[in-house]
Formats: sequence, structure tokens, C-alpha cells
Amino acid sequence: MRWTWRNLDTIGAALGEHVLLVGAALLLAGVVALPLGVLVARRPLWRAAVLGASAGLYSIPTLALFALLVPLLGLGFRAALLALASYAMPVLLRAVVTGLEGVALAVREAADGMGLTPRQKLWQVELPLALPSVLAGLRVAVATLVSAATVAAYIGGGGLGVLILTGLDQGHTEKILVGATLVCALALAADVALRRMQRA
Amino acid sequence: MIELRGVTKAWPGGAGVQALDLSVPEGECCALIGPSGCGKTTTLRLVNRLVEPDAGSIRIGGADALKQDPVHLRRGIGYVIQEGGLFPHRRIGANVATVPALLGWNAARTRARVEEVLTLVGLDPARYRDRWPHQLSGGERQRVGVARALAADPPVLLLDEPFGAVDPLRRAQLQAEVLSLLKHLRKTVLLVTHDVQEAVRLGDSVALMRGGRLVQHAAPAEMLAHPADGFVAEFLGADRALTRLGLFRIRDVPRDAATVAGEALPEATTLRDALSAMLERGVRAVPVTEGGALTLEAVLRSR
Repeated sequence: MRWTWRNLDTIGAALGEHVLLVGAALLLAGVVALPLGVLVARRPLWRAAVLGASAGLYSIPTLALFALLVPLLGLGFRAALLALASYAMPVLLRAVVTGLEGVALAVREAADGMGLTPRQKLWQVELPLALPSVLAGLRVAVATLVSAATVAAYIGGGGLGVLILTGLDQGHTEKILVGATLVCALALAADVALRRMQRA
Repeated sequence: MIELRGVTKAWPGGAGVQALDLSVPEGECCALIGPSGCGKTTTLRLVNRLVEPDAGSIRIGGADALKQDPVHLRRGIGYVIQEGGLFPHRRIGANVATVPALLGWNAARTRARVEEVLTLVGLDPARYRDRWPHQLSGGERQRVGVARALAADPPVLLLDEPFGAVDPLRRAQLQAEVLSLLKHLRKTVLLVTHDVQEAVRLGDSVALMRGGRLVQHAAPAEMLAHPADGFVAEFLGADRALTRLGLFRIRDVPRDAATVAGEALPEATTLRDALSAMLERGVRAVPVTEGGALTLEAVLRSR
């Protein structure tokens, strides 16, 4: 444990980078997934095309996606961010679409019939009712990203993966353990927090 | 008053509405019936412009509905659908307050009106206002649906199979209550149902549709006595004469002065139930609580 105590600032910085990377990627993915989901949820043809394409995106292995983005964006935070965002986006998109599809027809018709404008219907009725599904998707996305962000260290994205990678290089067991434990703890903590939100 | 003139709506798959003329006078209830796909629901939805017509004119209370902003129009028309279509994420009070909120009423006025309409539909506001839709029975949800439609006091109400999800035992009572309430409030009502009994009981007039056209539009007793054609007769059912007797009460026909033995029926009893009592007892006359007797001849003459 001597290494740990002497390098608390490095560990803290890595943890901070990891959280920042995951948070920024989630935000970026959400900014794309939410409007796109709203746009395609009620349009069967578009929905099939967009969900199909995003499932394709999701099926690209993390490391391969990182490797593909490096020639375009170079090594570093930006490439890692974009790769992680495009990894979370399909999960969130599917959650938004599923949530909106789950809103009963009678409820949507009642909203129209009462005289809600399309925008009022979306914000006051459809999105609140889709929220449980969106939160469930968010849980999956967070769990996926916390682990995928570890791989970002390969392309200089920073985060807890750096501790694990350099630890592996140097045969430094303590470093590896600290990195891996923190990744697990982060994933669990985020999941517990989101589960609380889901219940509320 | 609702007035449709030459209204046409074609759907890609057929089953639209063709050159439909239909008018519902102020304060009356018109029941739209017909087999599924006959265009009755489309007709209803044309009135609040959830469906836009290809041709024709639609006037509500004398104003051209097609010239108004559809969202604005809908806020002035009560709309009740099966199961009420309540918003599951809003409490009963907030559900009822939907249209007042859209119209920008202040909190005090909205709150007072919510209490008023919940009371009107027979639900104690103190008990129901803060509950969630899923905590209510089908019948209670339907009452809330009616309360929500009445909240902004619209002159016209559209009811789409409003009692379909209510269990049969409670349905008749709920129908009777809602009908007398709407009558009392002098609302103009267009009601869609596939249930002949419901249509003749609730409608001042019944409009029977088939293949997007209006086949017959008449008072229930008139339609049951004189179906326009074989289709109407068949749709109304082989027991249409009995259904028609259900529309009249003992007090509506002349009574015999003779004293008859047996348990007396109150004069609010329908002729259908009175006839059933005669059949059950094997007699040609039954005593009436308010005096005199109802004879089989009087029942037969009522047609």
C-alpha cells in the first residue's frame, strides 16, 4: 500500500479524468440520442433504419472503434470521448424509443383531444412516461462506459485505465489493483445512485 | 350544436367517411353505432379535428370548426375515451385540471372547479383528488375521464366508447348517471358505441353507419319500430321490439282500473321488465304500485 499513499494525487487525478470522460461521453450521447429518439419513435421506417444503424455502431468492439478514430482525431481525450459517446448513444437511443413506444395510444390520444400542442404532449406526457425506460437505459450505458473508458488509456484518453496499463507494463500489482478496484467501485456507485433515481 | 355537411374522409385502406350529413341539436345526445370499420370513430374524430376531412364543412355552435386553430378548438370540446385515457403520471386532481391548466386558469379557480366536477361525477374530491389513476377501479377512472372533459365547461362533448371498459354490472348505472348529468348540464353530445342497448338508452337520436355512410338517423324508438332496411333491422337485433319496450315505462301508457293480484311494480318500471314479469307469472296483467294495473294489451298497443 506504500505506492498508493505516496500517489494519492495521481490516483485522484485518474479517477477525476475517468469520471469526466464518462460524464462528457454520456452528455454527448444523450444530446444525440434524445432528439433522434423523439424524431424516429413515431416514424416506423426511420425508426427501423436508425435503430439498425445504431445497433451496428454498438456492435463494433471498443478497442477497434478507438483504433479507427485515432487516424481521424489523433491520440487523446477527443478520440476517447467520441468513441465512448458513440458506444453509449445506441443504448440511450433504444431506451428513448422503447420508452416513447410504451406510452399507451389512449393516453396520447387523450393528450391530443384535450388540446395539448405537440410540444406540450412531448414534454408533459410522453417524456415523463418514457422516463423509467430512459433511466434503465442510462444505467446500462453508465455501466458500459465506466468499463469501456478503461480501454481509453490505450489511446491516451487518460483515466483509471492508465493505472492498470502502466501497472501491467511495470508488473506493479498494487497499481493494477488500485485501478481495477476503483473502476469496479465507480461502476457500482453509479448503478446504486441511478437505481435510487429510478425508484423515486 | 354539431353540424356536419358533406363531410368526406378517405383512408388509404378504405373505411373512411363519405359525404356525411349529420346534425346534433343543442343539448341533445346522438349515439353513433355501426359495425367496426363503419366510420363512426372517424366521424367523432373529425369533429375535434383529430382527423382532417378531405371535403365538407363542420360547424360547432354555429362556428366553422375548420377555420379555427385545431388545438384551440379541442380545448373547447370535452373528449372522453375508453378507460378515460387518464395520464398515469398525474394525480386525479391534476388530470382533471388538464384543460384549465392549458387555458391558464389561476390555482384557486382551477382547484375550485376540480372539486366541483369531481363532485358532479359522484367522486368525493377529498378522497380522490390526490390519488393516482392506477389506484382507481375502471368505473372510477371513467368518472374521472368525464370530470376531466367537463372541467372547462365545454358546450360540446365527444364520447368514444366511454363505457366499454367498465364491468357490465356497474355499466348500466354509470351510463344512467352520466346521461342524466349531461342532460342536466344541457351538453351537446356525440357518442360512439358498438352496443345497441347503450345507443338506444343514451341517445336522443341514433345514427347508424355502414361503410362510411349514414344509413339511418332517427329517434331510438322510431328506428327500433321502423328500421330503414334489412341491414338496420339485423344490426338492431331480432329482439329489437323488446329493446324498444325497454325505452318506455309503465307511466307512459294507459292503465286499467281493475284490481289485480300479485306483487305490484312501480310505474318507473320499463315495459320490457313489466312484460318479463307477466311472462314469469303467466298472467295478462300486473298491479302497479301507484294504483291500477298494466295489461298485456296496453303493452302490445304501445308499438
